[in-house]
Amino acid sequence: MLTKRIIPCLDIKDGRTVKGTNFVDLRDAGDPVELGALYAQQGADELVFLDITATVEKRKTLAQLVNKIAHKINIPFTVGGGISSVEDVSVLLQNGADKISVNTAAFKRPALIRELEKDFGSQCVVLAIDTKKEEDDEWYVYLNGGRTKTEVRCVDWAKQAFDLGVGEILLTSMNHDGTKQGFAHDITSALSSTLPVPVIASGGGGTMQHFVDVFERGRADAALAASIFHFKEIGIADLKAYLSDHNVHVRR
Amino acid sequence: MKLVIVKYNAGNIQSVMYALERIGVEAVVTDDHEQIRAADKVIFPGVGEANSAMRYLNQRRLDELLKNLNQPVLGVCLGMQLMCKHSEENDTECLGIFDENVKHFSPVDVSVKVPQIGWNNIYDLKTGLFKDVPDNSYCYFVHGFYAALGEHTIAITDYVQSYSSALHKNNFYGVQFHPEKSAAVGEKILKNFLEL
Repeated sequence: MLTKRIIPCLDIKDGRTVKGTNFVDLRDAGDPVELGALYAQQGADELVFLDITATVEKRKTLAQLVNKIAHKINIPFTVGGGISSVEDVSVLLQNGADKISVNTAAFKRPALIRELEKDFGSQCVVLAIDTKKEEDDEWYVYLNGGRTKTEVRCVDWAKQAFDLGVGEILLTSMNHDGTKQGFAHDITSALSSTLPVPVIASGGGGTMQHFVDVFERGRADAALAASIFHFKEIGIADLKAYLSDHNVHVRR
Repeated sequence: MKLVIVKYNAGNIQSVMYALERIGVEAVVTDDHEQIRAADKVIFPGVGEANSAMRYLNQRRLDELLKNLNQPVLGVCLGMQLMCKHSEENDTECLGIFDENVKHFSPVDVSVKVPQIGWNNIYDLKTGLFKDVPDNSYCYFVHGFYAALGEHTIAITDYVQSYSSALHKNNFYGVQFHPEKSAAVGEKILKNFLEL
């Protein structure tokens, strides 16, 4: 039986992992290669590395980091942050990334998704969406790490991106991110039950019960979290034991 | 030991090479006929699309070469599917080493996602490839097409229906999952292959 996945996310800045609360107030949580290998050993199912300062000058540094990670860890990993072209993706995949995630660049130029799908296959194209529920009770897409609001509804963009060829969706609720009050079940479930691709829920995981809830009520295929793992508030092995005890099927 | 990874127009070759490095083995990545024929072991990896992969192999006459190898050969993911008879992926005639056919997952329930992405268990394990690998171990899968069950099945996985997660015939082995990404279990299976 296919299991639900637990995915630690490592935000990378200048080759180090950082995690912000609501995307600001960064704290340093260690060396990404060592931390990634530790999580793999503890039973993480996948890893996500997001380069939050990805700029053209830093591209080469990121590729080198990806290469180090690929040598060291024995589980799949996704790399994202500032990816905007087939060339960017080609370099990262050649250096050993299993998947890449695109966000703002794909929204601004949706044809990018089709180009990536055609060249590399949908299995390695993850669409990251930062979304926020507004006062009208609708979830909207935000760009540039949550700094820029758009008028496009999250469900519409996700559907369009699926039609263009994305293989997975990494959905971050800005309302929940950093709060540790639980994941956004409504929008996660809305995407997961209508799109035939896996949905990774992100933002708000603070207790082990939150993960049970996002798998059951949010119908997520995977759940992603960062600081609770980095600061050892929840251990991956403990989390998986808890999920298993609550009838969520996980790899142990 | 001379270990060769077959180079062709499919992804993920790098990951296989790094996984072998982690268990202390160096592999040569090549499409050179002489080097492949002279190898002690051959790994035929792959992530990609069946039809373009077969065309590439045909153009370089790697299809005939692969079919006639006598040393242990391990196909991974698309590599395994290409070793089957026929694939529904763009109606592709494959190498025909295994008699099994490759079909598309067609779930009735729309909430079942295709491709299958993630960790699933393998059971009814046979042959030395799975020596000391416990039944129901978890491996990492990414695939939208699957090889049906047949006489060459040496591991079974359930997704939509039961299918072959590994195949074996004579010196040829194939695994649908990615041992190079399947943590300690995957490393054990790669080691077992090297010891065959």
